[in-house]
Amino acid sequence: MDAIASPPPQRFYRHRLPVRVMHWINVVCLTILLMSGLTIFNAHPALYWGQQSTFDKPLFTVIAVQGANGAPVGVTRIAGHQFTTDGVLGNSRVGDDAKPTVRAFPSWATIPGPQWLSMGRHWHFFFAWLFVINGIAYVLYAIFTGHLNRDLLPTRTELRNIGRSIKDHLLFRHPTGEAAKRYNVLQNLAYLVVIFGLLPLVIVAGMAMSPRLDAVFPGWIDLLGGRQSARTLHFLAATGLLLFVLVHVFEVLISGAWNQIRSMVTGYYTLPRAAGTDKEAA
Amino acid sequence: MNAAKPIVSGHARTRTPSRRTALRTALASLGTLSLAGCDKLSNNEGFVNVLKSAERLSHGAHRIVAGRKAMAQEFSQADVAAHFKGNGTLVPADPEYHVAMQNGFKDWALEVGGLVDKPLSFSLAELRAMPSRTQITRHDCVEGWSSIGKWKGVQLAHLLQMAQPKPNAKFVVFRCADSMDGPPVGGRDSRYYESVDLDDAYHVQTLIAYDLNDKPLPVNNGAPLRVRIERQLGYKHAKYVTKIELVESFADIRDGKGGYWEDNGYEWYAGI
Repeated sequence: MDAIASPPPQRFYRHRLPVRVMHWINVVCLTILLMSGLTIFNAHPALYWGQQSTFDKPLFTVIAVQGANGAPVGVTRIAGHQFTTDGVLGNSRVGDDAKPTVRAFPSWATIPGPQWLSMGRHWHFFFAWLFVINGIAYVLYAIFTGHLNRDLLPTRTELRNIGRSIKDHLLFRHPTGEAAKRYNVLQNLAYLVVIFGLLPLVIVAGMAMSPRLDAVFPGWIDLLGGRQSARTLHFLAATGLLLFVLVHVFEVLISGAWNQIRSMVTGYYTLPRAAGTDKEAA
Repeated sequence: MNAAKPIVSGHARTRTPSRRTALRTALASLGTLSLAGCDKLSNNEGFVNVLKSAERLSHGAHRIVAGRKAMAQEFSQADVAAHFKGNGTLVPADPEYHVAMQNGFKDWALEVGGLVDKPLSFSLAELRAMPSRTQITRHDCVEGWSSIGKWKGVQLAHLLQMAQPKPNAKFVVFRCADSMDGPPVGGRDSRYYESVDLDDAYHVQTLIAYDLNDKPLPVNNGAPLRVRIERQLGYKHAKYVTKIELVESFADIRDGKGGYWEDNGYEWYAGI
């Protein structure tokens, strides 16, 4: 339209190479860990609180009960409340099978698809190592290059203006121009909770399930409430990470998906212009 | 591979597909492809060996942070589960076992053999007359559940000291009375077996247990003798034990992986 008045789009080098590489390693690891973790969960689809399993009183369980016609019906029980989740949780079709199979999480959510505990464990532990090494490398990088201070920690002013940031998110309003160069405060807080809260929790709770690591300092897993509590916390932290990923991907999709994904591949982000002039968002 | 087709034909049809559509199709196809791909990779021996390389890493790291002698947590009487869950074989179908069971296991013998200077054999009465250890520990199954029980038995180290392993003995193999895959077909033995290294064999908490919760072991839990390897998962704790065999390598035993479940794909190192 008004090609002369419109300034050229401003490109900005947003993500440095190590961050981009570590981000995509995380994507692969988290996906595989989550899905192979569900395979492991399926081997005993119940969660408890405490040192040991209280088999008749699980906090959470995904099973099949006998339906009216005698066929199994998938149900999920949370703290005594039962929900019918047939077709997805408790009883679902594996691949193109004609008949459903009794299994907690469906085959489209697990690695491998058909129930195969030993193989799920091989996937899980290999990628757990990769994930932890990648995570440690990231935290060290963030601290020593100033990425943590410069990009991740919100300033006081930003924290004070958190109300506006919440409102912007609810209205799906995204920062433009100079403001788009920095992570916004809700983004900062989400990343910090994940990096220094959920990720250490999921790793420590995972380690607490290892009988040999329990022997490092006998009784240390009582800090998490015992081994079965650790298993429950591992599952909850993984659920928290999944929620983070869903919100993260949603935000990417509604804030100029192409520009965002490109910036995590090439590093360059095109600063969105103020509303009305941004062709990308149209 | 079928999942890749729509992208190719999509590109051929329209020269300038919208970025969003392309992106969406690519992501969806990637999802389907990678899921099918994971199942293919799970059946690719080379790839699975790469995945399994993590086992050595875990075992090595665990030995560093939790040394050879590090102790498994012990609990108090109040923590003991009212019912200790049985798993795997609950009643061996083997006729020899049934005869022994009907006899109250009075003729049960535990052999110690293989690479030892003094092959030995013990009756249950002899084992019960030896110094014992009692421990309340948590049993963690590979499936994910845990049960706390009180075990009493002879330390394996005590039996090994009597039998005097030869210097080239590296592993202890436990032979059991229960066939896992039904009656032997064509002479194929499917009786349970397990193995541990000497670190675990000589560990203070490694027992040949004969009592659970102050009573003789129930059949569900391995009567009359089972192993306790407290820093590893339940499948290492062989039940219905008949023989302790010292070997230099378990490569020649059955499928060579060191245990019934190991031969079926599970890790030999079950400390995780």
